[in-house]
Amino acid sequence: MGILDFLRSRREPPAAKAKERLRIIVAQERANRGGPDYLPLMRNELLAVIRKYVHVDLDAIDIHLERNGEHDVLELSVALPDGKGGG
Amino acid sequence: MTEIIVVTSGKGGVGKTTSSASLATGIAQQGKKVAVIDFDVGLRNLDLIMGCERRVVYDFVNVIHGEASLKQALIKDKRVETLFVLAASQTRDKDALTQEGVERVLDELAKEGFDYVICDSPAGIEKGAHLAMYFADRAVVVVNPEVSSVRDSDRILGLLASKTRRSERGDGGVPGHLLLTRYHPARVEAGEMLSLQDVEELLGIPVVGVIPESDGVLTASNTGVPVILDESSNAGQAYADTVVRLLGEPRPIRFLDAPKKGFFKRVFGS
Repeated sequence: MGILDFLRSRREPPAAKAKERLRIIVAQERANRGGPDYLPLMRNELLAVIRKYVHVDLDAIDIHLERNGEHDVLELSVALPDGKGGG
Repeated sequence: MTEIIVVTSGKGGVGKTTSSASLATGIAQQGKKVAVIDFDVGLRNLDLIMGCERRVVYDFVNVIHGEASLKQALIKDKRVETLFVLAASQTRDKDALTQEGVERVLDELAKEGFDYVICDSPAGIEKGAHLAMYFADRAVVVVNPEVSSVRDSDRILGLLASKTRRSERGDGGVPGHLLLTRYHPARVEAGEMLSLQDVEELLGIPVVGVIPESDGVLTASNTGVPVILDESSNAGQAYADTVVRLLGEPRPIRFLDAPKKGFFKRVFGS
């Protein structure tokens, strides 16, 4: 191994970085795939309603559409901030 | 039985037409009757890659609109007896292709006894790409080992699974085969390029071929001879292997390792 190769190997190889970035974006896009087009819009509107009452972060809402046989199940989970969740 | 294979990718410039031309030629060389159809309406190029651009009289859209018969529009290849090309139209009308029209042409090809129809998809996810994949039995997804191509291909896999006749009939969508092109083993070994394993893992579909980056591909398109007919080029040999695998016979993948350059090659180039 030449000295240039040695120096280069200390950095993360570009291909590894590409793979990691792709792994994340592909997983994210697959999660939204097959769902109705209105999901992202609905997510934003729900967020706006919830924010009227509790201050939550943008990523506090998780929407999943699951197919269970003949039924579609829309699963909505909202992470409320500590201490403000109880009524 | 006629098998319809779409060659698709999402991203442009990754080698769909080069691959369509070589796969169609290779399958026909095995004695199968093959039609290869250019779905890229407005930007036809398959005719150039196949070297029959001066023999196009009628095209796909003419047949769909009843201005020519299928027999008149099919261009018989001069090198392989059982190979026929159906050129795309150069019209700018985006609605020139219709689902019913495409289905009619495919049905007629089946009646004419074609064993394989290769559909060369345009880039993108618009109408032409949709219709190229809609009736397919299988898909060859052409991918370059590069981030945008991989991402777009994953999107195409989603469409193959949900927006095709097979998916609408509940047959589980169109199964995809990975065809990795412009592969550069030395750059993979240097950690500069995604490896075959990386891409397989990311996309989760079985590999049908790996085509190494090769000077032969440009020479082939310059001369209008599908690169599979250039037996001296690595790309041509890799396409020939791919054809064998597509037809159901296993064959080890070659050209995955960087060639070790000897003294003479170092000095004089390869």
